[in-house]
Amino acid sequence: MAENVNNEIIACFPQWGNYSYAFKFLIERGFGVKYMTPPPITRRTLELGSRYSPDYVCVPFKYCLGCYLEALEKGANCLMQIFGACRLNYYGELAAQILSDMGYKFQFMNMAEIKWTSPRSIIEHMKMINPNVSLPKVVAAIPTMTNMIKLIDEFDDYLRHHIGFEVNDGDFEALQKEFLAALEKVENGKQLKRVKKTFLRRLKQIPVNKPAKTLKVGMVGDYYTVQEPFSNYYMEKELAAMGMEVFRDMNLTNTLIKNQWKKRHRFGKKYAKFNPGATATYTIAEALSYVKQGMDGVIQVKAFGCTPEIDAMPILQNISNDYKIPILNFSFDSQTSETGIKTRLEAFYDMVIARKNTTKGAK
Amino acid sequence: MKIGIPRALLYYKNEKFWTTFFDQAGIEYVISPVTTKDIITRGENLAIDEACLPTKILLGHIDWLIGKCDYIFVPRVEFAYRAQMCTKFLAQIDLVRNTFRDREIQLLFYNLHKKGPRAEYKAFKKMGKFLGLKGAVIKDAYTKARQAQQYFEMFRSQAQIQTLRETKKNKVLVVAHAYNIGDKFVGEPILRSLRQLNCEPIIAEHFDAYECIHQFKEISSTLPWGYNQHLVGAIAKYHDEVDGIVILTTFPCGPDSMVNEMITRKVKDKPILVLTMDTQDGTAGLETRLESYVDILNFKKEHAHG
Repeated sequence: MAENVNNEIIACFPQWGNYSYAFKFLIERGFGVKYMTPPPITRRTLELGSRYSPDYVCVPFKYCLGCYLEALEKGANCLMQIFGACRLNYYGELAAQILSDMGYKFQFMNMAEIKWTSPRSIIEHMKMINPNVSLPKVVAAIPTMTNMIKLIDEFDDYLRHHIGFEVNDGDFEALQKEFLAALEKVENGKQLKRVKKTFLRRLKQIPVNKPAKTLKVGMVGDYYTVQEPFSNYYMEKELAAMGMEVFRDMNLTNTLIKNQWKKRHRFGKKYAKFNPGATATYTIAEALSYVKQGMDGVIQVKAFGCTPEIDAMPILQNISNDYKIPILNFSFDSQTSETGIKTRLEAFYDMVIARKNTTKGAK
Repeated sequence: MKIGIPRALLYYKNEKFWTTFFDQAGIEYVISPVTTKDIITRGENLAIDEACLPTKILLGHIDWLIGKCDYIFVPRVEFAYRAQMCTKFLAQIDLVRNTFRDREIQLLFYNLHKKGPRAEYKAFKKMGKFLGLKGAVIKDAYTKARQAQQYFEMFRSQAQIQTLRETKKNKVLVVAHAYNIGDKFVGEPILRSLRQLNCEPIIAEHFDAYECIHQFKEISSTLPWGYNQHLVGAIAKYHDEVDGIVILTTFPCGPDSMVNEMITRKVKDKPILVLTMDTQDGTAGLETRLESYVDILNFKKEHAHG
């Protein structure tokens, strides 16, 4: 374990897509403490996480725990966890218990503990991150953070639609690396605007060879697995390599910043009359909207044992039967084999192509 | 009109409540029989592979009920003891509707989606209106049904406390959800084996819920699920009075997967056995594990006396 000599606070939140840059901005500029960008997820993270987690807890917990362990090794001492409508509500406390049983010393800011109706409780928890927190500073940092999240999502969206058709291999990835490096250095809203302008322009200048009609695939799934590329074994990249255009509506912008829950719920009412809990509403409504938009296939990725997503599966099957569009389910655990996924994806690709050819013939 | 009640999930929590309500309101009902291997096989064929065992059992019971009644009662409940529920209780009505879409199935509308003290009554009122009952009849039936359930739970809790204090056998606290411990296929074999091994099973779920919920924070402070709060509270309250704790879970129960870990980490003074049930039959493995567990209990007792 790296020694923390100055006793300074180093906060860390588990790796989750590219959002760590936005959280870094909030913690460093708003709360005024150091933020450690969590080390990128590797096989080791998952192995560490699953060694100390309960057996059949959902995989995101294992990733989070693995991330915490690697961050603690590198000297972080203030860990954070959010809350949610499913098991996510209990992640924080259990992870903190497991880590403290292992003998680590750390501060744990668990948002599930906060009573959101009491301002005092909110401020108390903010003081867990930094005892001398300045509230105006935090409030001032929030708009820039949300803008940053929106920018990250916008960038990723464009990438998803075009990366499969790039002329020179690796153009997009190189630009994304540069973009993230630039985001890390952003200090205020003005700089963010400049980054946005330059990088979106450069992004659109990258030569692509995109045909007018492409194979379109929609991705749905549980909050973590669909957003964190490592946990779905870089499925978006895999699909892009097959020459497909990937659509994914599930991101922070569409769920937290512009809350579309009501709209989505109304949209999916034919299949799910009531709220099935957690992200299942989004999964159903998004799958339905993809199908109605005339996409060639939908892929559902989820952690093994994710209850809301399992409850959504019969509904997805019905949607698939009604609109005659293939919907493929992937369940990820800590032991999932990469070859198996590739084989199934290839079969899915063949099915999409075959379906396209037969419908063409029918017309 | 005949209403079908599947003997699964929430039935075990509201047995007296529902039956009294329909009796008082003068509505005919049929309850599916106790879970058998056949029902589970039916449910397994209908459900997604990954779905948890109680869901499979529910689907099996509903499959049995189809054709034997006009409406099937699948309640949707969002809150228990003012706390969150596992999302399968939120989704079960849509799950059932979509699974049995191609067959003629009518579901009785019951949706409890608010926390307040009168929320349950309002939900029942809505359901009663749907059944064509008069307001006064609903109120009367609801009050009587609530009372029946309350007294049933109270007497059950008192009787259990009495056995806990009086018995000379090894006392084993069995921690399991109502729909697991009450089920003939899941919970019954364990209770039977424990009794055969000269132990007294003390069922955590039978203790008074509100008394238990007062104390769950001793073990875990942010536990979100109402039913788990009840069980964990029972452990916190009674673990000094029992000799051992047996935790019964079904695979792959979401809440339990995390709560069991918490319990085993926090409760150190009593031997804990975690049993995970699946659809596979054959109880030999289960019995062996329980036997060796009871041996440990006996050994501990002798050791303490010697």
